[in-house]
Amino acid sequence: MAHIRLDRVTKIFGGTTAVRDLSLDVENGEFFVLLGPTGAGKTTTLRLIAGLEKPTSGTIAIGGEDVREWSAAERDVALVFQYYSLYPRYTVYQNLAFPLKSRARHYSAEEIEERVHKAAQTLRIDHLLDRKTDKLSGGEMQRVSIGRAIVREPKAFLMDEPLSNLDAKLREALRSELKDLQMKLGATFLFVTHDQIEAMSMGDKVGVLNKGRIVQVGKPQEIYNAPRDVFVAGFVGSPAMNLLAGEVRGGRVSAMSGKVEVPLNGAAGKPSSGRRAVTVGIRSEDISVGPDEAVEARVHDVENHGVEKIVTLRVDEHLFRATVPATVAVNVESPVKFSFNPSKLHCFDRSTGANLAFSA
Amino acid sequence: MAEIVLRDIEKYFGDNYVIRKLNLTIAHKEFVVLLGPSGCGKTTTLRAIAGLEEIDSGDILIDGKPVQGLQAGERDIAFVFQLFALYPHLTAYDNIAFPLRATRESRSEVDAKVRAVAHSLQIEHLLSRRPSHLSGGDMQRVAIGRALVRRPKAMLMDEPIGALDAKLREEMRTELKRLHLENDQTTVYVTHDQVEAMSLADRIAIMNEGVLQQVGTPEDVYQYPANLFVAQFVGSPVMNITKAKLDADGARTKVMLAEGAAAFDFPPDLEQRIASAGRPSSDLVLGIRPEGVLVSRGEADGHIPVEAHIIEPLGAYDIVDLKVGSEFLRARTTSGFVGKPGDTVWAKLDQSQTHFFDSGSGDAINVRLG
Repeated sequence: MAHIRLDRVTKIFGGTTAVRDLSLDVENGEFFVLLGPTGAGKTTTLRLIAGLEKPTSGTIAIGGEDVREWSAAERDVALVFQYYSLYPRYTVYQNLAFPLKSRARHYSAEEIEERVHKAAQTLRIDHLLDRKTDKLSGGEMQRVSIGRAIVREPKAFLMDEPLSNLDAKLREALRSELKDLQMKLGATFLFVTHDQIEAMSMGDKVGVLNKGRIVQVGKPQEIYNAPRDVFVAGFVGSPAMNLLAGEVRGGRVSAMSGKVEVPLNGAAGKPSSGRRAVTVGIRSEDISVGPDEAVEARVHDVENHGVEKIVTLRVDEHLFRATVPATVAVNVESPVKFSFNPSKLHCFDRSTGANLAFSA
Repeated sequence: MAEIVLRDIEKYFGDNYVIRKLNLTIAHKEFVVLLGPSGCGKTTTLRAIAGLEEIDSGDILIDGKPVQGLQAGERDIAFVFQLFALYPHLTAYDNIAFPLRATRESRSEVDAKVRAVAHSLQIEHLLSRRPSHLSGGDMQRVAIGRALVRRPKAMLMDEPIGALDAKLREEMRTELKRLHLENDQTTVYVTHDQVEAMSLADRIAIMNEGVLQQVGTPEDVYQYPANLFVAQFVGSPVMNITKAKLDADGARTKVMLAEGAAAFDFPPDLEQRIASAGRPSSDLVLGIRPEGVLVSRGEADGHIPVEAHIIEPLGAYDIVDLKVGSEFLRARTTSGFVGKPGDTVWAKLDQSQTHFFDSGSGDAINVRLG
């Protein structure tokens, strides 16, 4: 069993709190992604679980057992880093066999042979086994370092931005490969990244970290469709969610100095008795553009993304983005009309950033 | 005026070509992006235009005049690098004003120019700060301001926003585009990021291994890639590419994928059209973007049953891997359209979005359907 549980874990380095009161449950066989910007505490969390750091307070359990006194080796988790750290003079085979040759493990020669070949097959590097690792491409090197983690059949895999160093196309390909691998192995993966596309596309569950705290845990769709606060809203999704100053007044929401006003949808929060200053959030795909829409704007910029266009619209000095099909002709500085879809609108408290749908 | 013409440019180190017979005309006021993977020769080309790099043969003309004999400083071109390269001991104001030092302009003229540039970059409030007190985005704004202040004939930019984080890159893209619209400078911009190229360029010039692959508007290169390299370099997720065989019996033509594991109906004259495009139809490669793979939850005309594998929810839409024999076709669906891995769905190929390539040369076979 490789259920990983963190209970109120805090880690302080000198005067800096890297991880604050963090609780987390990673189920056995789950692909869990920790997502956050640089400095959010993702890597520290991973290192705490691996046993490379000790928590200042709180408990960490793997498979139901408190691992406080366990060394990194005893925890039986495999770490894969952004940098491959392979032995350059060794062949791929030797690199894969290396973790099995430790005296503590007592594997027979046949068993090592079998495990190496199985891992190589899974990762489709069996044709590279005799190659020295300095003769490999970046993607192949990263496959080998994942292979080195697989051969040990650890309880869980901890991965620290393993795709960040690869170019865009390779990253895309390895994303599906990793997800496929995890499904095949049925193993527990805890994957750390700052790339929201990686998190969305691979995670069964995503935990969003900001400033050492877990802000939200949920399925990718939940994180995308129902962000708990304005940080998650702005961090997940590309283009970023439009965040505009606005207010809730009675049963209506307005934004952009009152230029847009829509009824407050029940899902976005309760009507306010007085005026309440909010940040209005709406994704580019939830804004319709067309001749019959409600509000006038100017086209500020047009980005062609092939399958669709992302247009930046301007109302007075306010800028926001809308997605339109690639076939729609739009020209910079031409007038257009748009509407917000009220059922897809979010309201965040202006001072706390909390999504009103989840709070009073 | 600033028209830049590259004529038969070649550059090599020993036997290795860095740039091979490159011909490209960048029109006055045009925004051209040189796009390609690292080592494709795009930065060398840009540096050659700037005069920072010698070429071995060919001509570089700016407004009709060969410039090989001119020093970088005499070409009246501004260069913006990926790394900000600001003077750390000078304020943002002095950094921007720096290129004007040698121009013998009066202090009030310099001041007016610096403030005008700062205004268009929205960094007026930062002018008294030193670079160490600026964010990455603001540093790059200052660097761009310094390039703009001289009103050069042309701007050359080498991955100017490559070092910024994803959100800031999105914002800076829009700013750069607006800046170009306001200033009307001929701009050559180098990047390896196809999203950046698609969103910024009037025209994209795609390079690989020193060879220009295709020049065209973003629509052109996306919808009508000239070869397999362009087809796979532009667009994300990447275009599906798979071996195809034609099975024609006169009345109808089927396109067989993955060793016959899937067969899709196509117009009966497809084979003929491919043949008349001048290529053999034996070794065919089919290319289709994920949005060209149409998915239905139930049986539908012309659709074949396939099993869904990995589903990547990307928020606004999903990318679903459909198992076709031993291969996968990736389809773009609305969010949550396919329930879970293992579900059976029905798929067909949108013929108007289907591309054919010659597997030998990699060149596109010019057959447009639908």
